[in-house]
Amino acid sequence: MFDRILPYLLAGISVGGQYALIAVGYTMVYGILRLINFAHGDIFTAAGFFMVYFAAAMPLYVAAPLVVVATVLLGFVVERVAYKPLRSAPRMSIMISAIGVSYLLQNLMWYVTGGLAKQYPVLPWISEQITIGPASTKMATVVTPVITVLLVVALVMLIKHTKIGMAMRAVSRDFETAQLMGIKINSVISMTFVIGSFLAAIGSMLYFSNYTTVTPTIGAMPGLKAFVAAVFGGIGSIPGAVIGAMLIGICENVIKAVGYTTFSDAFTFALLIVVLVFKPTGLFGEKTSEKV
Amino acid sequence: MKKSTKAAVGTLLVAALFAGVWLAERLAGANSMLVTVLEKGAIYALIAVSMNLLNGFTGLFSLGQAGFMLVGAYTYAIFTIPAARRMAVYQYYQGGIVQFELPCLLAIVLAGVVAAAFAALVGLPVLRLKSDYLAIATLGFAEIIRAVIQYDKLGPLTNGSNLLKTYPTFDTALFPFAVAGVCIAVILMLIHSTYGRACKAIRDDEIAAEAMGINLFRHKLLSFVISSFFAGVGGALLAMYQGTVQANAFKSSMTYEILLIVVIGGMGSVTGSVLASFLFIACSEWWLRFLDVETFIGTVQVPLLRSGFRMVVFSVVIMAVVLFYRRGIMGDREFSLDAIARAFSGKKRKGARAK
Repeated sequence: MFDRILPYLLAGISVGGQYALIAVGYTMVYGILRLINFAHGDIFTAAGFFMVYFAAAMPLYVAAPLVVVATVLLGFVVERVAYKPLRSAPRMSIMISAIGVSYLLQNLMWYVTGGLAKQYPVLPWISEQITIGPASTKMATVVTPVITVLLVVALVMLIKHTKIGMAMRAVSRDFETAQLMGIKINSVISMTFVIGSFLAAIGSMLYFSNYTTVTPTIGAMPGLKAFVAAVFGGIGSIPGAVIGAMLIGICENVIKAVGYTTFSDAFTFALLIVVLVFKPTGLFGEKTSEKV
Repeated sequence: MKKSTKAAVGTLLVAALFAGVWLAERLAGANSMLVTVLEKGAIYALIAVSMNLLNGFTGLFSLGQAGFMLVGAYTYAIFTIPAARRMAVYQYYQGGIVQFELPCLLAIVLAGVVAAAFAALVGLPVLRLKSDYLAIATLGFAEIIRAVIQYDKLGPLTNGSNLLKTYPTFDTALFPFAVAGVCIAVILMLIHSTYGRACKAIRDDEIAAEAMGINLFRHKLLSFVISSFFAGVGGALLAMYQGTVQANAFKSSMTYEILLIVVIGGMGSVTGSVLASFLFIACSEWWLRFLDVETFIGTVQVPLLRSGFRMVVFSVVIMAVVLFYRRGIMGDREFSLDAIARAFSGKKRKGARAK
């Protein structure tokens, strides 16, 4: 039994780690702007395409850092162009703008690639096959949880112990007061998007090393799932997002192992509805009260 | 303007519209782009208005429209495939379990009813959530529906992940116009009723509305169910338009498209949604087609023009609307005969809204 489950468990932890890297981006943006950044999944996909095109043009050790830079830049530009002008608009408008950006990015990627699935380059070491007990898998599977934990710990340190981290916490607690205290909220918000995109870029390298093809809409589903993970863990909480993502990744793959592949996506959303109805603040979320 | 003249002019306009559609079909031919746009535009208009009822008039940010359309489309298809052809369509499921067929119009109504029933079930837990949580939960629900419908064990009913086809379709653009027209008229009447006013009050301020004695949950649920009813009807029409249905086409991107139509038309304007639907469909299917074709001027190829460019330009335009013309084409105003009459007579508007 264990032998049969093990590959799925491994895949679950690995996918969970990749979702976690995306989920952190969602949860940070939501914590500060109260915005579901629908375009985040597409930024993740864009990172995949950046790698496809950069790796074809230059050696990998140049391409990989460039991918990260390009993704971060994309996240930054999206925020400046599509969200910043709407800062004082109702929340619904910003969310619609996010949906619009997602639509635009998907169409743009479709245009650039001609709608064809692209083969993701083989990354040295990460893409190697290894065997753990009875299961054969890729290095990425094993590396992902480690990288995820390392990055998240680094991020938590950043938020707890640096000046920009303190500013982030202040802005997420109270937007206007933070502004009055002299915090440059625009740069704090940009920083949030930069960190989120950075993690998405790393996540995309790990994710696509496992799944090997990139299509313009491939990021939509992991994006939504990562959002569910962020909600599950308690939106705004970074450790919560990671634990939520791990749980979702594992559950999804166990469901596949049991033979209900059709329902592996549906499960995530069912979980979301259950969590939202019974514990809207998620596992680690802060309780907020409605103000008049 | 007097009520009787208004009714007369209104009737005339509707008659003229139908005559125009009929004429366009005769002149341009049933397979022309114009007729495609008219048919699809009418269907999208209905769906957009149904979404506007929810998002624009009740202030519930729901993203489940594609799910309810899917339910409607499948209900219609399942109950209208002629019994004689079921063996061929449900070839992997021994002809399926439904062995009768309903008349077309009855099936359309049933499509709405089933979608509404689903909405009532989903709404009970989901509508207690606030703005963006509601959006994500309804989006998730639409994804669940899509997965469940393709579930193999439900195959005898839904044909699993295979196409549903050979059900009756319409052969004139007048049909979707008539159905969508009646439905939109009903929605308009609803909006102008006390019920509609209560919904607008909820949109503008939930707490104040509750204090005025409006039962929030009941009104939200009602609005959700009604919107889903019409989304279901719209789904059935879409199924008729396409000729085949497959669950995988009803992705969340479909909901996004409809939402963008609503935004372009103006949140809270029925006429805006209708106009935007025709505009959206005409642009995406017809007017911007040339952007997808590689074109040469002399021997020089026009740069950028190739497959997919149309959608890029299109989404850039949409982003521009979302960012710079947030009120859309109509804002929350409506096209009304009174306003036009006033514009012609040059009288000053009474009680013009301060803005």
